[in-house]
Amino acid sequence: MSELIKKAAALLESKSVQVVIGYGKGTGNRTRTIFATQVTECENLIFDSRCVQNLAVYLTKLEIKKLGKPAIVAPVPVLRSILQLAVENQITESDLVILGITSESELIDFESFAAIETFLTTHKIEIEEKYTKTIDAIKAMPVAERFAYWVKELESCFKCYACRGACPLCYCTRCTVDDNQPQWISVASHPLGNLEWHIMRAMHLAGRCTDCEACYNACPMGIPIHLLTKSMLQDVADNFGSYGPSLDKQNTLSSFKPDDKESFIR
Amino acid sequence: MTEFEPKIIAFVCNWCTYAGADLTGTSRIKYAQNVKIIRFPCTGRIDFMLLLKSFGEGADGIIVSGCHPNDCHYTSGNFHARRRWIMFRGLLDMLGIDVRRIQYSWVSAAEGFKWADIVNSTVNTIRELGPYTEYEKVAGYLEKEANQ
Repeated sequence: MSELIKKAAALLESKSVQVVIGYGKGTGNRTRTIFATQVTECENLIFDSRCVQNLAVYLTKLEIKKLGKPAIVAPVPVLRSILQLAVENQITESDLVILGITSESELIDFESFAAIETFLTTHKIEIEEKYTKTIDAIKAMPVAERFAYWVKELESCFKCYACRGACPLCYCTRCTVDDNQPQWISVASHPLGNLEWHIMRAMHLAGRCTDCEACYNACPMGIPIHLLTKSMLQDVADNFGSYGPSLDKQNTLSSFKPDDKESFIR
Repeated sequence: MTEFEPKIIAFVCNWCTYAGADLTGTSRIKYAQNVKIIRFPCTGRIDFMLLLKSFGEGADGIIVSGCHPNDCHYTSGNFHARRRWIMFRGLLDMLGIDVRRIQYSWVSAAEGFKWADIVNSTVNTIRELGPYTEYEKVAGYLEKEANQ
């Protein structure tokens, strides 16, 4: 990606940004995030299929904001997160420079958030068939078996909150689980707290999640928590039409229609 | 062995269902005593975590009730709540938490009979389903460890 390096270096050189957030080489076969503040550091920028972290997570972090105006390397999942953050008024256009990368690994510039939205209309969120099949299979289980399945899956969670840390939309500076007056969710790694934590996490992302799978990629135990958010995306589509961020649409749970349909309220 | 008596928590809004339940009482309508009513300013205030906590503390069933659509004291609290319940119910269903144990309803201040009916039918449903042992087993884990 010599083009990407050139572009990033030019941005730093001209002082239009103070830091470039991008992917660099990590240990082993892994990649890590790098924050280039010097032109020479831009040489370390890479981009390939291993770059799965969602860099948009850094845009709302105070430590990164202190570095100055950022340019951010943004493949499609990151673009979706940036648009969602814009919908939620967390970032403005003058806050950042976007180094977009298409799914064909070509560089693309975006003048505005509206341009991102136009681009994303041809790159809609699609839940892969292997996931829809798994979700359908889980939903087809008898209710007690389904419960046992999830209690077992969540058993290995020890609440490191990496899923929260990796998610660009979990940007609250104070999270419910960090409070102990009252202690909503037990910090111990026991089934009830694990269950409650994952329900809360999924509910707080309801109608906001852009399906980047950063939570699943970050989980050290490989718990399929992305199935919960994917299943909720399906629910959003089934009940409220469509999912995915849009600048002229409020979040699903921040808005309502008087004629919303349901079948379970008496 | 005595018959199983379901423990039911009702989360109701102050303006409609609470007044409706009051009317049930002043009208001398008898209904099942299994329900413990918690009054909220609005259904929009009823956090999903509170429902989870009820199950965690041993409730067998839950009733959530508020003003009919278009009747909210705060004009749109129940509309927001309705969307949240739709999403929450879907998530609980995915996780295998029995959605039949949570009854949602609209009960206005004039519907004393409807409130009695909602409570009675929910008690019957939960009586058929039995105690929520699956959830209790999960929730009881900490106590067990403390006793060891």
